[in-house]
Amino acid sequence: MSVQGVVKPVVRSAVFSMAHLPGMVLSGSKPRREIVVEGEDLQRQIVASLRTFADAVAYPPHQVMIGNLSPEALEAMERPWHSKPMENASPEGPGGRFIDEATLYAWLAAGDSARLLRFSETLPQTLEDALAAHGNGIKPQRIDSTGMAEAIARGAEPFYMGDTGPVAVMMPAHDLDESLTAPVLLENAVAKVTGAIALSDLLKKTNGLPVDHLLGCGEEAVGDRYQRGGGNLAKAMGEMIPGLACGGTDVKSFCAGAVHAMILGAGLIASGMHRRVVVVGGGSLPKLGMKFRGHLQAGYPILEDMVVGVAIDMVADDGVSPVLRLDRSAFHRLGQGSAAHQMAEALSAGPLYGNNQRLSDVDRYAVELHNPDITEPAGSGNVPHNNYQILAAIAAKNGEIERAQMPEFVSAHGLPGFSPTQGHIASAVPYLPHAIAGLTSGTMQRVQFVAKASLFLGRMTGAGDGASLLIERNPALTR
Amino acid sequence: MVDLKGKLVLCLGERDGVAAPALQACVESAGAEVIYTETQCFV
Repeated sequence: MSVQGVVKPVVRSAVFSMAHLPGMVLSGSKPRREIVVEGEDLQRQIVASLRTFADAVAYPPHQVMIGNLSPEALEAMERPWHSKPMENASPEGPGGRFIDEATLYAWLAAGDSARLLRFSETLPQTLEDALAAHGNGIKPQRIDSTGMAEAIARGAEPFYMGDTGPVAVMMPAHDLDESLTAPVLLENAVAKVTGAIALSDLLKKTNGLPVDHLLGCGEEAVGDRYQRGGGNLAKAMGEMIPGLACGGTDVKSFCAGAVHAMILGAGLIASGMHRRVVVVGGGSLPKLGMKFRGHLQAGYPILEDMVVGVAIDMVADDGVSPVLRLDRSAFHRLGQGSAAHQMAEALSAGPLYGNNQRLSDVDRYAVELHNPDITEPAGSGNVPHNNYQILAAIAAKNGEIERAQMPEFVSAHGLPGFSPTQGHIASAVPYLPHAIAGLTSGTMQRVQFVAKASLFLGRMTGAGDGASLLIERNPALTR
Repeated sequence: MVDLKGKLVLCLGERDGVAAPALQACVESAGAEVIYTETQCFV
């Protein structure tokens, strides 16, 4: 048996849930910390710079996320992209859909298994309608304005809709447990429902082959004081989908979680243990408004107002979908070094050169696909471009191209960044809907997905991590 | 040009730019003493 296993795993579909949540930006880690220091003036500045739902839908990079616009078309557009809203932009596409605040809040109510949410007695009609439509028959618990103010004073976390007061609060689940404070619970609940929405949408668009297992790939930590990151949010997401009867496990490796999970899921299929594995990930609430300072300074709207979930469908070979090449996958190993060029050698060049392929043989590389409109005003640079420069340099060093051809290599094999800065969501996988289309109905032959992880942020190691996976056109399509 | 010999250096790196250990290796090779390193990630 080869390393590829007895069954060929393929990837059929990837779906993103794009929740536009300006009413939760104040719960982002950076705004929360800065407002404590600077007070209400700063809060007013942030609120005044938030986008509308229509703005978020018309934002060209978001249209790439849901598959309505190609990365190549985005690349050709002048930046900043928020100044080039797309006319007649649809909130739905082949790669996902937008979720407005009211719908997301209703999903929060439907998923509130511990009954910790309290909604205001007077809500906008759109939210009342959403609660009736998506609240899963659960009658939300209500609270009057005095009770809400008292709850917030005792640590409840408010969230908003428009410029009125809070529409609801998440209550703390314990007086003294730091793992069950209201901000932590709201973060986890938002991750749970954004992942569950993506999973629900994925299951609606794919056939009824039973799901055997869910692999969670998020960065949240679910647990109480005795098991702060106990996890298995994958099962909590799956529980929200009627009729789903599968197992679940969380895979953790910071931003590289999704690619790690894809490799492990493909391994479960290749071994014959499972026929269908879905990778699910919820979005990151703390990253809302992470770079608001840079955006305010540049006169931009607050571009970090999106929480994004993902679901990725992997099955045994169906004769059509792109093949997950486990024999050309890689996990970053201890001792390989964490500098950018060492990562690229280990994750991109290694699996290719080790199998008599060249970097130039890959049509496109999906790397850290963070939107440069978001990162550059805050001084974080153009992250994908930096990654492609390293790949081009390795190709030049190994004699595949001349040094002068590096810009051409970047243009031919790279992509513009188009993902919201949502950590594990932005790491390679946003290109999946485009890659699956290009490798089935298009002319592409192979795409490499490369994800990196900042393990050092947790202060337990100075090391980084990463994983890569090559996805190829199904050979049955060319026979 | 700064002569780093004998200087105390704080190395603040960025994951997708130049990581702190790489900065540390460079400045130590030029004779500096590194007293703090940290790599950050802002995405």
